[in-house]
Amino acid sequence: MELFNIFLKAAFVENLVLAYFLGMCSFLAVSKTVKTAFGLGLAVIFVLGITMPINWLITEYLLSETGIFGMDLTFLRLILFIAVIASMVQLVEMIIEKVSPALYTSLGIFLPLITVNCAILGGSLFMVSREYSFGESVAFGLGGGFGWFLAIIAIAAIREKIRYSAVPPGLRGLGMAFILTGLMGLAFMSLMGIDPAALMGTK
Amino acid sequence: MAESTVQTVQEKEPLFGKKERKLITDPLNDNNPITVQVLGICSALAVTTLVAKALVMSIAVVFVCGFASLFTSLLRNSIPKQVRMIVQLVIIATLVTIVELTLKAVNYPIYKELSVFIGLIITNCIVMGRLEAFSMANKPWRSFLDGLGNGLGYGAILIIVAVIREIFGKGSLMGIGLIGAGDNYFINTLAEGSWFAWYMPNNLMVLPASALFVIGVLIWIQRSWNTKLVDIS
Repeated sequence: MELFNIFLKAAFVENLVLAYFLGMCSFLAVSKTVKTAFGLGLAVIFVLGITMPINWLITEYLLSETGIFGMDLTFLRLILFIAVIASMVQLVEMIIEKVSPALYTSLGIFLPLITVNCAILGGSLFMVSREYSFGESVAFGLGGGFGWFLAIIAIAAIREKIRYSAVPPGLRGLGMAFILTGLMGLAFMSLMGIDPAALMGTK
Repeated sequence: MAESTVQTVQEKEPLFGKKERKLITDPLNDNNPITVQVLGICSALAVTTLVAKALVMSIAVVFVCGFASLFTSLLRNSIPKQVRMIVQLVIIATLVTIVELTLKAVNYPIYKELSVFIGLIITNCIVMGRLEAFSMANKPWRSFLDGLGNGLGYGAILIIVAVIREIFGKGSLMGIGLIGAGDNYFINTLAEGSWFAWYMPNNLMVLPASALFVIGVLIWIQRSWNTKLVDIS
């Protein structure tokens, strides 16, 4: 139950894109159609869900004073996290290239750019600062990825619909996407501070 | 023999010809990293509350982007495709560390204010985006210019957004008070008989969401004037 709360909180209340404004670049650039947004969203869930527990193991067993090396190595945190994320994304890239070449070409440069998607590094840093346990970090990773997935599907769906509206030519496409994201972000501010555990009466 | 003459002809490319100038000017307008390529949005949302922050951030990004492109381009033929991302990130991380330590020594207060975001240049997609899209396939000098140009294009948007957000959100510019409640502002709204007693700073401009609106409107302005960028799909 505790884990489910963390999942819900990461997906809705503390949505990485709409509440913290992390991972904006690919969110805005790849949300033209629901189909590509779906593919990128799945890739992000996978990368977040895998890197989070690996980074947890790294902070717990390699970098902390009680770890293998017996000294405080936290200054290596950023580099190691980035290395883990980069290798995971490289893996995803190879898989997608094999399994779905169409998706591979439509994602283009934004597939390798998942590496520098701030939502993923940001998620790992949140996990460290909130001192999650192993199980909680898995739940947080999957929840954060799911929230990102839902957000990008939502904006892609809105953008597909808005194509048929009379938007001024200069604002068509990207300009409208920025303004829509801003509005969604303002809406999500009202969810800040809600605790799912309290709502379900388990606390 | 024939081959060597071809090579010497290629080496005589002008150091700063038309193509090279295009590499610098293109990212300022037609191929702007923020408004056209959609790269580097996160940091543009975070550091544009104050002009001073945006200025330091732009200089840092111009430096990192230029030199990361140069070094990646020098190494491009010896990087295996399977580990290219890690190599690129190590280059970027090294340059960012140089910037971070330099800034710490030169201007400590700004460093304190920006510390997290300087570190996050590593995950600024402009740098890696240009490495992937340009320097992995082009010669060092051109890649260097492309990196500089993209850094400058990013900086230009950053500073425009920061000026708007600082004036309307905090009533100041570069930390100099223009309008607001207090003696340290140019127009003091609390002064006796002030004509601007109705003025209130717009708190929305301090929130990250406002940067999205400002950039959205900037895109609108840019595309109304540069009509070939209009999205026809």
